[in-house]
Amino acid sequence: MNGVHDMGGIQNMGPVEVEDNEPVFHAEWERRVFAINMATGPLGLWNLDMKRQATERMSPPGRYLNAPYYERWLESFIGLFKEHGILSEDELSCGEVRIKSLPELPPAVSPQQAIAAMQRGNPAHLDEAVAPKFSVGERIRTKNINPPTHTRLPRYARDKQGVIDRDHGVFIFPDTHSQNWDKKPQHVYAVRFTMRELWGEDASARDTVMIDLWDDYMQAEA
Amino acid sequence: MSTHQHDHNGSELGPIELRVRALESLLIEKQLVDPQTLNALVDYFENKVGPRNGAQVVARAWVDPEYKQRLLENGTSAIAELGFTGFQAEDMVVVENTKDVHNVVVCTLCSCYPWAVLGLPPAWYKSNAYRARIVIEPRAVLKEFGLELEGETDVRVWDSTSEVRYLVLPQRPAGTEGMSEVELASMVTRNAMVGTARVRAPTDAEDSP
Repeated sequence: MNGVHDMGGIQNMGPVEVEDNEPVFHAEWERRVFAINMATGPLGLWNLDMKRQATERMSPPGRYLNAPYYERWLESFIGLFKEHGILSEDELSCGEVRIKSLPELPPAVSPQQAIAAMQRGNPAHLDEAVAPKFSVGERIRTKNINPPTHTRLPRYARDKQGVIDRDHGVFIFPDTHSQNWDKKPQHVYAVRFTMRELWGEDASARDTVMIDLWDDYMQAEA
Repeated sequence: MSTHQHDHNGSELGPIELRVRALESLLIEKQLVDPQTLNALVDYFENKVGPRNGAQVVARAWVDPEYKQRLLENGTSAIAELGFTGFQAEDMVVVENTKDVHNVVVCTLCSCYPWAVLGLPPAWYKSNAYRARIVIEPRAVLKEFGLELEGETDVRVWDSTSEVRYLVLPQRPAGTEGMSEVELASMVTRNAMVGTARVRAPTDAEDSP
């Protein structure tokens, strides 16, 4: 989706403000939103790509731009809970349970299970034998795609020429995984783009941007 | 169950605090979350993981050339040698800063960051300004961080669009030859491992114990 979350290259965003001795969280509500997100992810109702799509669809777009970071998380999983018939806005306003029949749900994650899941991780890397479409050193051109759904090909890198720098192996494809859980296994590569290819003749002649891209985002360049 | 309109000090809560409190109590009542799990997760990310993990990786690479080689060839397994594994660091790539190349990491689409190695990202890393600008004017952004790069140094910006997570191996500062691995680790900052700073030697590095 061509949303405001796809920020690479936007100008006039102001200075990067750096806070000295920054705490991990700035308020108690941030702690709770973070932890609720991490504790409900393993319930398996949605995947990370669906969660990212829900964040990107925060509406109106100005709300995404202005929201504190954890408010974006909060509204994305509230939206997903609503889609699954688990929560309603009415309940959030009054603080009382109103939905009488919940769908069948897995049990809440215990503290031990939650910490073990953090230590174990949740790899998107797949042990599947899928042939790579490209090889290191090969020149590629990214496709010009504008799906109305989740994608990880940023707008600033569409229809651009690059060079395959390294092959990371086989991963879940977020464009399909975010829609219907289809993993569509394929290779991901770090692809090297010159600043001039991305931003034109006035850009630095020596600097580069490396972008991780999936097979489906690219075609061979003569 | 009713929502609480006041916190423990009796001061007024804003709309977002009220919304989060209502959400938490609803999810607990629906048995979707265990409040002890929420506390354990907060404790884990406030106290158990953080940039000290990554700093140990960097210091080890500075003192052990064979470790450094393994780290650059397979970041995930070399980092796991020091016991750091897990969520948002399942597939790690380590990129080395040298006098010729300066690497810096961003996630323009959201805020991907190597949690198990650096902890949760700082606000600046998640900010609209950093995500928007570092890929189009990296030298200007780095200058705002106090990092001025020589004209002959190439800047390489890594946009973490996939589930691969990046860690920058900063240059070891001059004058630190006699320092122990523990002393070296104490100098390595989070920003140096994202690529928005250099590691600075203490001015009295020669004399430090």
